[in-house]
Amino acid sequence: MAASVSALNHDVQGGVGSLSGHIVIEGIHKSFGAEQVLRGIDLTIPHGQFVALVGKSGCGKSTLLRLIAGLDTPTEGRVLIDGEPLKNQNSDARVMFQDARLLPWKKVLDNVGLGRPGKWKPEASKALKDVGLSGREADWPAVLSGGQRQRVALARALVSRPRLLLLDEPLGALDALTRIEMQRLIERLWRERGFTVLLITHDVEEAVTLADRVILIDTGKISLDELVDIPRPRQRNSANFGDLSEKILESVLGKVRETP
Amino acid sequence: MNNRDGRRRVKGFFAHLVLSWTVPAVVILFWQLSTHPPAILAKLLPHALWLNLLSHSANLAQTFPGPSQIFQAGAHLWKTGELLSAIEISSQRAAFGFLVGGSVGFALGLFNGLFSFAETMLDSSIQMLRNIPHLALIPIIILWFGIDEPAKVLLVAIGVFFPIYLNTFHGIRSIDPALREMASVYGLKSWSLFWNVILPGAMPSILVGIRFALGLMWLTLIVAETIDADSGIGYITNNAREFMQTDVVLMGILLYALLGKLADASVRLLERILLSWQPAYQR
Repeated sequence: MAASVSALNHDVQGGVGSLSGHIVIEGIHKSFGAEQVLRGIDLTIPHGQFVALVGKSGCGKSTLLRLIAGLDTPTEGRVLIDGEPLKNQNSDARVMFQDARLLPWKKVLDNVGLGRPGKWKPEASKALKDVGLSGREADWPAVLSGGQRQRVALARALVSRPRLLLLDEPLGALDALTRIEMQRLIERLWRERGFTVLLITHDVEEAVTLADRVILIDTGKISLDELVDIPRPRQRNSANFGDLSEKILESVLGKVRETP
Repeated sequence: MNNRDGRRRVKGFFAHLVLSWTVPAVVILFWQLSTHPPAILAKLLPHALWLNLLSHSANLAQTFPGPSQIFQAGAHLWKTGELLSAIEISSQRAAFGFLVGGSVGFALGLFNGLFSFAETMLDSSIQMLRNIPHLALIPIIILWFGIDEPAKVLLVAIGVFFPIYLNTFHGIRSIDPALREMASVYGLKSWSLFWNVILPGAMPSILVGIRFALGLMWLTLIVAETIDADSGIGYITNNAREFMQTDVVLMGILLYALLGKLADASVRLLERILLSWQPAYQR
């Protein structure tokens, strides 16, 4: 509690002002019926940080992301966005899901501009250009490849200039090459725009490649919180990279071995 | 490139047209030949065989007139103006009944699909009524409404109501919840959610309902007009039965087939326009 308040003060003193995306999570518990999914999570994510959440399936990482997005409410505890307790939907956040979730009955450009007020077409075209899909505005989503659909979903997420981008394993279903391309794209856009990112991934190397900080969640609790102090762009074959990936992977697997 | 593409599509369209009308054309040809043997056969066949064939076909033509006779009967009724006014009045009944039953079915389908309290309150009652064959209501409808226009329109409306209600309801309920969740992340609420996600998502199912309903629309109207009517296609055929005018009766039946096909084709066109996003409708 004390730590989170001081972090908040620090941010305010830093004068981040209007564009912020500072998340404080206080003592969050979440149960679905008798099943306890999250058991006491405290976490502070300063503005602009790229955080990766790793952990095995069913550890509660997706639930945590949904709480931050405001798609679910915690059983106990609260989420503060820029010091304000989160009620209902988090309007500063945009979520990218495992599947692109494009509306199949809208053309690519209309999907990108979904829910945008006023004259949104120029900004939607610009967003498509940013993800490398100029010229596909008038296509139906059905004719796009999986990677292209996720690019459209990324453009749709970024067109409103969100302060917080929540990525729920968006690259999980892509082939290896497309995946690396998407990782580079996300990293580039994050560096240009400076929003806060929370990325859920199964892939430890992906986490270490992209994130400032890797958090491991195990059976509803944070079991590892590691800063990644490797200069960008990161090389997968560097010694630091390998050591850190190994360490995180060991923690993930070690916990797996303990639970029968 | 574009030009060649266009030409190929035109060619494909005609190939499809020819292929799909081959079977009806062959049937009509055989029908015509067996009821009206062409005169040239008199020179080709032995005399006895030709006479035999002629008497057989003359017998057949009384109960089963050939396409040319049916066409003549139709042309005669067209000239007197009876045919056009019958088509007009039957189509009016069909359209009016469809509009009434369809819009009530659509509205209730939306209502029950969107609000679960409405479903709880109304759906089981509607399911109960659905199990009554609507044609079984004819006696009571005649008792209440006589044989005037409201009786026929009401019967068509009841027939059309259920498929449209069921498919609208089903269409709304089967929209991917993941898409709804995504839409709420992007700030879509009430009307914008309805226009952008719910209505287009339910549209394929709604159109299936409309196609079913159009089939039932003609069926119901035929029955209603055959049982009690003083105008319309059903009246013409029923009247012709009393005078043993088989050709007029068959003309009426073919007319129903044609009108049914026309209604179905118009929904297909609507599907092509409204569902152009579906991979099946993309070249």
